Amino acid sequence: MAIFSVYVVNKAGGLIYQLDNYAPRAEAEKTFSYPLDLLLKLHDERVLVAFGQRDGIRVGHAVLSINGVDVNGKYTADGKEVLEYLGNAANYPVSIRFGRPRLTSNEKLMLASMFHSLFAIGSQLSPELGSSGIEMLETDTFKLHCFQTLTGIKFVVLADPRQGGIDSLLRKIYEIYSDFALKNPFYSLEMPIRCELFDQNLKLALEVAEKAGTFGPGS
Amino acid sequence: MGYNIGVRLIEDFLARSNVGRCHDFRETADVIAKVAFKMYLGITPGITNWSPAGDEFSLILESNPLVDFVELPDNHSSLIYSNLLCGVLRGALEMVQMAVDVKFVQDTLKGDGVTEIRMRFIKRIEDNLPAGEE
Repeated sequence: MAIFSVYVVNKAGGLIYQLDNYAPRAEAEKTFSYPLDLLLKLHDERVLVAFGQRDGIRVGHAVLSINGVDVNGKYTADGKEVLEYLGNAANYPVSIRFGRPRLTSNEKLMLASMFHSLFAIGSQLSPELGSSGIEMLETDTFKLHCFQTLTGIKFVVLADPRQGGIDSLLRKIYEIYSDFALKNPFYSLEMPIRCELFDQNLKLALEVAEKAGTFGPGS
Repeated sequence: MGYNIGVRLIEDFLARSNVGRCHDFRETADVIAKVAFKMYLGITPGITNWSPAGDEFSLILESNPLVDFVELPDNHSSLIYSNLLCGVLRGALEMVQMAVDVKFVQDTLKGDGVTEIRMRFIKRIEDNLPAGEE
């Protein structure tokens, strides 16, 4: 999966569409006996591994499920508190699944607004007059590409650094937006996009772009 | 009605035609006549009657595809049938930060030889500018 996600941000900086396209992240399930040799802590409403990396379980991984029962924040789906449960020797041996925590939709909204502000700052920092905002952000594991239309809508694509053809993908997404979101009479401008045809066509376009992009290892 | 069409049509137009931002009214007029009208209605209107200040001009359409099969009945003889086009132009330009006033001057439905639309530039809309367009 070389294209990880697509975000569409409206003029005011609010996230109006988001699509995640990556394969399941690395997860590890292990059986533990008392006492737990990993140090767990509660952070931001999630139970994370603070110290004690081993066997594929890294610092920062969150508790995803206990004994097959999914964990929501700091409570299991049955309503038990995770840290209390794991502190009690009577509950062992216990099988816990750890993995990288997924972003909640609130967090995505906040990140999109922050990116909108950074984009504006980017264009103001420029020594040249009339510069565009941030077009590309590169890290060692992904590249973020951004395209702003003349009307202020931003299309953001997170992809593998080796993936090519993202510029034409961004233009294609703009066309799909104008075809399936704008021509839908029930869609109001600047509101979250809830159009099936838009979803479908976007996924198709991502597939086409992935196949046509650079042929790196793993594709 | 035309206004609502215009605000959505502009994105479709920009997505398909790839034109950049226009920096003055003359450029805008050119793009509207040569690219936009051609793309959506298949005609290329002429641009004439520029005001001395360069902020007003007329689009002359020899044929208006919207009224090819239309006749105005007597009880609606003062109806501006293609007023939709004025709304479309106004809505579309507003989305790219230009406030304009668009009016019909001549109309073939009323017996004039050509259809004439007069466009006047009011001002550049400065609030809600996309970042980087200062």
